[in-house]
Amino acid sequence: MVEFFFGFFAIMILFCSVMVVMSRNAIHSVLWMLVMFFHVAGVYLMLNAEFLAATQIIVYAGAILVLFLFVIMLLNLREEMNIEQLIDGWPAGLSLAVAMLVVLILALGSFSVKPWGQWSIEVVEKTTQTKALGKVLYTEYLLPFEIASLVLLVAIIGAVVLAKKKLKS
Amino acid sequence: MDITIIKPILPEIVMAALACVVLILELFIHKKETIGVFAILAVAAVSYVIPQSFGSAFNGMFISDGYSVFFKFIFFINLILAVLISIRYLKIERSEFGEYYSLMMFATLGMMIMASATDLIVLYLGLELMALSTYILAGFIRHDRRSNEAALKYFFLGAFSSAILLYGITMIYALTGTTNILAIASQLQGKMTTQLILAIVFLVVAFGFKIALAPFHMWTPDVYEGAPTSITAFMSVGPKAAAFAALGRVFTTGLIDFAPDWRGILIALSILTMAVGNILAIQQSNIKRMLAYSSIAHAGYAVIGVIAGGAEGLSAMMNYLFIYAFMNIGAFAVVIMLRVEGVKGEELEHYRGLAKTHPLAAVLMLIFMFSLTGIPPTGGFIGKFYLFKAAVGAGYAWLAVVAVVFSVISAYFYLRVVMYMYMHEPEGEPAALATSTPLGLALLITTIMVIVLGVYPSPFLAFARLAIG
Amino acid sequence: MTIFEFLFPPGSFDIFLNIIIILIKIAVVIGVVMLHVAYATYFERKVIGRMQVRMGPMEVGPHGLLQPIADMLKLFFKEDIIPEKADKTVFYIAPLISLMAALSSLAVIPFYEGFVVANINVGLLFILAMSSLGSYGIILSGWASNSKYAFLGGLRSSAQVISYEIAMGLSLVGVMMMAGSMNLSEIVKAQAEYPAGIYAIPQILGFFVFVVAAIAETNRAPFDLPEAESELVAGYFVEYSGMRFALFYAAEYIGMIIMGCLAAACFLGGWTVPKYILAILPFLKYVPGIVWFVMKVYFVIFFYYWIRATLPRYRYDQLMAIGWKLLIPLALANILFTGVIKIMVE
Repeated sequence: MVEFFFGFFAIMILFCSVMVVMSRNAIHSVLWMLVMFFHVAGVYLMLNAEFLAATQIIVYAGAILVLFLFVIMLLNLREEMNIEQLIDGWPAGLSLAVAMLVVLILALGSFSVKPWGQWSIEVVEKTTQTKALGKVLYTEYLLPFEIASLVLLVAIIGAVVLAKKKLKS
Repeated sequence: MDITIIKPILPEIVMAALACVVLILELFIHKKETIGVFAILAVAAVSYVIPQSFGSAFNGMFISDGYSVFFKFIFFINLILAVLISIRYLKIERSEFGEYYSLMMFATLGMMIMASATDLIVLYLGLELMALSTYILAGFIRHDRRSNEAALKYFFLGAFSSAILLYGITMIYALTGTTNILAIASQLQGKMTTQLILAIVFLVVAFGFKIALAPFHMWTPDVYEGAPTSITAFMSVGPKAAAFAALGRVFTTGLIDFAPDWRGILIALSILTMAVGNILAIQQSNIKRMLAYSSIAHAGYAVIGVIAGGAEGLSAMMNYLFIYAFMNIGAFAVVIMLRVEGVKGEELEHYRGLAKTHPLAAVLMLIFMFSLTGIPPTGGFIGKFYLFKAAVGAGYAWLAVVAVVFSVISAYFYLRVVMYMYMHEPEGEPAALATSTPLGLALLITTIMVIVLGVYPSPFLAFARLAIG
Repeated sequence: MTIFEFLFPPGSFDIFLNIIIILIKIAVVIGVVMLHVAYATYFERKVIGRMQVRMGPMEVGPHGLLQPIADMLKLFFKEDIIPEKADKTVFYIAPLISLMAALSSLAVIPFYEGFVVANINVGLLFILAMSSLGSYGIILSGWASNSKYAFLGGLRSSAQVISYEIAMGLSLVGVMMMAGSMNLSEIVKAQAEYPAGIYAIPQILGFFVFVVAAIAETNRAPFDLPEAESELVAGYFVEYSGMRFALFYAAEYIGMIIMGCLAAACFLGGWTVPKYILAILPFLKYVPGIVWFVMKVYFVIFFYYWIRATLPRYRYDQLMAIGWKLLIPLALANILFTGVIKIMVE
């Protein structure tokens, strides 16, 4: 059962990702990405990570992707839709990607399951993932969490400085 | 609550707090120079808490040791000098906003975190903080298309390299179950796997991007040319040094058992970088572009320190970056001086006959060019000397020879600037220089340090050696 | 192993039974809610009519009671017009996304003790996720129609929905902190244990933010900028007709009902009645929980109509200013207060 669902999600993620790249219409690309995010959320659910699954949809699908849509709609890419080939030299890119895929598949053999440490599946299931994540995030990983907040602050400053400040003439 | 547990990170906390204060000050202070001065004072405050900071914190995610402190001083010098050369320049470019200084401080904070990180997640976040701030700073002159282009290019390629870094980190995590750099070594137990090779390659690519190693240097000329000159100076030293700090820590502690593997990659990249940087610099007629290629070449030299490894190699690399900070920002300070209303002052042509019209500026440029070439008695010579000595000591004499050959090639384009200044007659009306007290101060500091480091380097060398421990 | 055993391994019967029970639950919930949607329109027209001293619908059936059914039949048999230059695929799926997102949210709402289709731990987040998905239906329908009114309406609406979703999410954080859970049933139970009986009293600030944000989230007056008929004809669904128009309409009303359910479950005590009221009027405990829940939802929906009949529409910049400069800071302050008080009490 688990294998079946994992296989389903994995294939759908791959398929949607390819469609994101292949779609001629940027809006359709975004929609495929939306479908892909849902399947990623599905994988999270299978890992008992219900909080991550929900935030994945709220943050990525609900906020970030909508902004993508905004930008694409405001750019009005009607002419770009008719371009035959967006970039030259795609065979080079494709062969590089395939080469990378081969190396990755070769590397697959050296993956191994590591001991879980304190947060085993049973513990996470019992405390619920939200609580477990909160506990780890605010104790063990407090420092990265705080740095991430600074990264966001800088992003806000950047948005305001680059977009909102009046130019001095 | 025990407050001493956060002592190692106190300098970073102070820096973050003061960066926020600077941000708020921008609201009330209309003379933006004051904010610049405040940024420099903030650095003083941060340096003040550094001596008490030694130790490790947050479950071994963060460490304040000699290595990181040495790099932090490079970042402080970088910040102070960059602020000094910015004050007048921003006015000329009509982009005088207080956020500029705040973002510089946040970038420096990111660098400090990178130097101190002993956990790959912290390292990544520090890198992201630094990078995001510099992307914004690169596009700070909003009405200039080149600046916009620089910011966009830097952002896209930088985001891509961040993704590659993350990819490498996830692979290491999959192999070891930890992101702690020290624990990685003990978890791997020297066992080489295909996946680890991939992880190493990804890490090299990601750091190589920030350091601007060829072939990951493509962004550098365009970004350095388009970004505000003061920011070009800032990011040609700080982010580079930070990436070197991270590279040194990750590769010589976490992945030390695999030194033969990554050394091979780094040697190839180093030679390629020196070749690309030095040879392409010859073609440049824009001085900012030329300095961009020169900075690529210098990254190629500095990597030799990591390749040589050991206390000697690392301290040689640290010294080199320390000296490089002064000479490179000094050179950019002269470029900035030539930028006045209506004249970009970036083309080689603008230096024609500078010795006649502005002898002092010409002499300063001469010193910096000599130092960048590595001609004694300047700091650049000392830096290169110890680097090559470390390479020879580690058994890479041939690499040192290659580096020397490329240094000789580099003399061509550095000394061409000197030739333009001294051997050519000035054309037309000589333009005035955009001098100011802060800029003069920056030039004074850099010149003195370049000479002092060339003549009497032993205290600084000893400092770096002490930092390594 | 026979094929039968392969297809139905041991224990599969229980799974099938569970699935059938869940399907029945879903059918019941959707059926009841759709009926409510139909009569919510009637209720709205009546209420607003009375407030404006009119009669409201009176023609079809006694007191116009069959009006919603007549409307439904009309929409069902109307021609489905698709603009020539529309992006057909997107145009087709946009209303479906809206409706699906709205209906999915119903899955986690506890109507009374033990009756919830999917009792998941992150119920609140699930509702937020689905309501953020709803904005896709709006923005895509606006874009796919290839009409400037629809496009402007779509852009406005999605900007509004995204902005107010932040405020709404933050306003609910206080509730999550007090209940210590994001499971809606747990939140209702925690409220029953709480001395005040309903979280609307200690979380008055959060409740205020929630109610305002919920109105904006469902694009209702006075925040119905996306469909401001005087400027945008009808906003994002201007080009839609017949059944597809009805889907949008249904999605909007389901959204309202969900907001009502959420308000009832998170702030008004869900299917429970505060203990002190039971102490005064003990006979109330014979009233089933579902009645309380539905009454609370009706009250919230009535409140919606009341506001619509009373307040004029805001200007777009005012709307954004309220969202970002008033509601979000208020919600953040509420989180801070709640946290500080929680620490002090413990």
